[in-house]
Amino acid sequence: MNPFSSGTRLRDMIRAIRACKTAAEERAVIRKECAAIRAAISENDQEYRHRNLAKLMFIHMLGYPTHFGQMECLKLIASPGFPEKRIGYLGLMLLLDERQEVLMLVTNSIKQDLNHTNQYIVGLALCALGNICSAEMARDLAPEVERLLQFRDPNVRKKAALCTIRIIKKVPDLAENFITPAVALLKEKHHGVLLTGVQLCTDLSKVSTEALEYFKKKSIDGLVKVLRDLANSPYSPEYDISGITDPFLHIRLLKFLRVLGQGDVDASDTMNDILAQVATKTEANKNAGNAILYECVATIMSIEDNGGLRVLAVNILGRFLSSRDNNIRYVALNMLMKAITLDSQAVQRHRVTILECVKDSDASIRKRALELVYLLVNENNVKSLTKELIDYLEVSDPEFKGDLTAKICSIVEKFSPEKIWYIDQMLKVLSEAGNYVKDDVWHALIVVITNAPNLHGYTVRSLYKALQTAGEQETLIRVAVWCTGEYGDLLISNAGLLDVEDPITVTEADAVDVVETALRRYSSDLTTRAMCLIALLKLSSRFPSCSKRINDIVRYHKGSFVLELQQRAIEFNSIIEKHQKIRSALVERMPVLDEATFSGRRAGSVPAVASTSQGDPPKIPNGVVKPASAPLVDLLDLSSDDIQAPASSGGDFLQDLLGVDVSPATSQGTNQTQKSGTDVLLDLLSIGTPPAQSSTSMLDILSSSQDNKSSVDALGKLAPSPLAQASSPVESSPAMDLLGGFGTSQSVSVTNGPTFPAIVAFESSSLKVTFNFSKEPDSPQTTLIEAQFINKSPNVYSNFLFQAAVPKFLQLHLDPASSNTLPASGNGSVSQKLRVSNSQHGKKSLVMRVRINYKVNDKDVLEEGQISNFPRDL
Amino acid sequence: MGIRFVLMVNKQGQTRLAQYYEYLNLEERRTLEGEIVRKCLARTEQQCSFVEHRNYKVVYRRYASLFFLVGVDNEENELAILEFIHLLVETMDRHFGNVCELDIMFHLEKAHFMLEEMVMNGCIVETSKSNILSPIQLMDKAS
Repeated sequence: MNPFSSGTRLRDMIRAIRACKTAAEERAVIRKECAAIRAAISENDQEYRHRNLAKLMFIHMLGYPTHFGQMECLKLIASPGFPEKRIGYLGLMLLLDERQEVLMLVTNSIKQDLNHTNQYIVGLALCALGNICSAEMARDLAPEVERLLQFRDPNVRKKAALCTIRIIKKVPDLAENFITPAVALLKEKHHGVLLTGVQLCTDLSKVSTEALEYFKKKSIDGLVKVLRDLANSPYSPEYDISGITDPFLHIRLLKFLRVLGQGDVDASDTMNDILAQVATKTEANKNAGNAILYECVATIMSIEDNGGLRVLAVNILGRFLSSRDNNIRYVALNMLMKAITLDSQAVQRHRVTILECVKDSDASIRKRALELVYLLVNENNVKSLTKELIDYLEVSDPEFKGDLTAKICSIVEKFSPEKIWYIDQMLKVLSEAGNYVKDDVWHALIVVITNAPNLHGYTVRSLYKALQTAGEQETLIRVAVWCTGEYGDLLISNAGLLDVEDPITVTEADAVDVVETALRRYSSDLTTRAMCLIALLKLSSRFPSCSKRINDIVRYHKGSFVLELQQRAIEFNSIIEKHQKIRSALVERMPVLDEATFSGRRAGSVPAVASTSQGDPPKIPNGVVKPASAPLVDLLDLSSDDIQAPASSGGDFLQDLLGVDVSPATSQGTNQTQKSGTDVLLDLLSIGTPPAQSSTSMLDILSSSQDNKSSVDALGKLAPSPLAQASSPVESSPAMDLLGGFGTSQSVSVTNGPTFPAIVAFESSSLKVTFNFSKEPDSPQTTLIEAQFINKSPNVYSNFLFQAAVPKFLQLHLDPASSNTLPASGNGSVSQKLRVSNSQHGKKSLVMRVRINYKVNDKDVLEEGQISNFPRDL
Repeated sequence: MGIRFVLMVNKQGQTRLAQYYEYLNLEERRTLEGEIVRKCLARTEQQCSFVEHRNYKVVYRRYASLFFLVGVDNEENELAILEFIHLLVETMDRHFGNVCELDIMFHLEKAHFMLEEMVMNGCIVETSKSNILSPIQLMDKAS
């Protein structure tokens, strides 16, 4: 016998592991045990196989690799004795999964065991099959399972029922064969069989419409009776849970009724009475009773409308919401989310209570409540709700601020009645929690500011004031610095004074102070500092009296260790000192940024409402750390390394801001400077820095989404097309390249990783739906889809609702549509964002079933379809 | 499929039993367990028993030094899962007699057999304690 495998029993091993004081000791013990087990396996040790596998399960639970024991499981399953089989099957379920090829080998053993005379062995095999069955196994073994649904022992029948669920999920085509045996299970008395039978029928209805119709016709009355008997049943000790007989079965039945009643008036009518009975009679002082009530409310909310029942359900939710038990409040909030689409009036009544929940000490409740409040907001209550939320922002926990700001910003953006209100609210958020605000939010704010010419003066003055009190909020500083650079003159002159504000006295030196403080601030990051330099350049032209001082500051940064800042400082210094005559043209105000393109681009690249904050924005890769020998390669290979993430959105946004392909007006504007700008550019790019390095910093600009406002500012005036050109594979000298491309090339080729062609997902005589795809760079499994709906008919569609369903291997998240009204004859469109995660990424392509409801001329129209023409590899 | 995983974890955050009903590889499991345990163990008695994590909802309940955590999807009735955890504990109590962490550690396979009788493929199979325990008792008698 092997000297290692001899001594330790399972107990001794567990004791040894427990006695370990450090992780290293534990690893050592486990390494020794694993070595012993491997040795035993290679010697084909019969006697201790059972014990070794039990040990492996324990080791596996602790999170160590145990793949070498997989074959042992198969050997144990194939052995004749029950104890060996039992541990073998358990090992099979724990150590293996359906992806492993070893599983192919076990099919035959399972098949034999399913036909075994011993019912316990049959049970073991069914249980294992139910947990790990793959599509191939499902096809091979479906007939056995179907037969076992009628087995004499109920314990086998219940397991066969659950096994069937797995089979029809893997191979939906097989569903038809199981409808009849499944219906038979609904008549059983044994609770286990009933429980699993109802579950099986529910799942059958989901995969097969034929089954759903069949159950609607044949089994509703029976189910209602079962539920009634159960609800009225006398005390039965076996299934009693705090005074209620088998709440689990209650819940299963209610769930199934929900599936049957959805969209079916007759079916809903049949179950009204029993639902009313459950809703009123169930005792609400214990958790089990509340679980049933909760499920009952969900069912009432989902089936066809019955006024009285809905009122009952909403009342129950109201009671839940005012409960002192946090669990109950949590589920109430959860359910109100679902109820809001049906009866928003009823939910609005609880607004005050819900708002209180946002301030709860419990993170789970806060999160639910915040999401609910977000849905509650409409044009009428936006002002008061926003005020409440912003007030709360002051006192909320730091870890909650990220979510809260994201939601507030999204609400403000979506419902703002006027621009001044929007700007006011955003400034409040930035001053309160500017460090938690996402980049795209403050980008959007700047876009809005540029689009409100009459508010420029007001905004820059408000920002100035805000900065005096909240000088530590990074994004507030950025916006303030940007606005000071652009509209500094309005700050001094108090131009465009609104009635609501008091004039303030700010000198030119004060304005420069603001920027200088931000630049010197220890915690300012690269983006902020770069923005400061640009603001200074702009101010140097706006405030001639401070020009000298500004030049000194800029010159100081020529020695910066950060390449990006150093280069900017050198360039700007050169503009200030050597190119006086073109300076004023260079630093003119930014052209108005196009809101529509911005929001479009943003929708394509970043989800509008991100629910969690990731903390600080990633630091921009500093040009210095890049190997200077291969900057161009880096530049072209955007998709492969760490800079990929910002590049995909930043690149787009940059082109957008530059107006390369959108706004001819801005291109003309830059053309004017081109004649004189050419030599400046040559000058700028060749001063002091070797050409290779200057392209490295180009890369920086391209790759930094935070940076774009500022970098655009710098380069937008100088060289819009070279920037675009920089990413195409041409000459080795970037400076040459920049000039060669000047004025000629408008084509942009930023490599954004894999791209997918848009598809026409659905088209009928009245409606066209197109899908645009994008990927989040760091998760290839997730696809962002932007659906665009176009009305082809001459009538306006109202109450437009798009729904989609996906198979289990996909996960779907739908954002709200941009509008629920679709203008006639293609005069505009509605867009909606979808996010799909594919757990079988690379193996299966996407499929989706869609349903579109809308009202045309007061008539409801329903269109349905299946989309299977998705590009592969999504 | 409602239940995605069942975990038993002690106060120190060490896993004592783990059963997954969807496949996660070793690395994913370790990180998931770590994240969830950190989140749940930090919560106080008064806070609710539900924690949202990634795309799971974790329903947890504490019994002395042992935490029972059940990961479910969005469709599942959270209150019912809470009741299910209690049923699981009562069942183990009936078998081991006032179950404790060591019972589960040293009889890991038995705890798994019990769980196996109660949950299969993420669905609850049986809710009667005597039905759950009868095959296990039968085995104990035979051996």
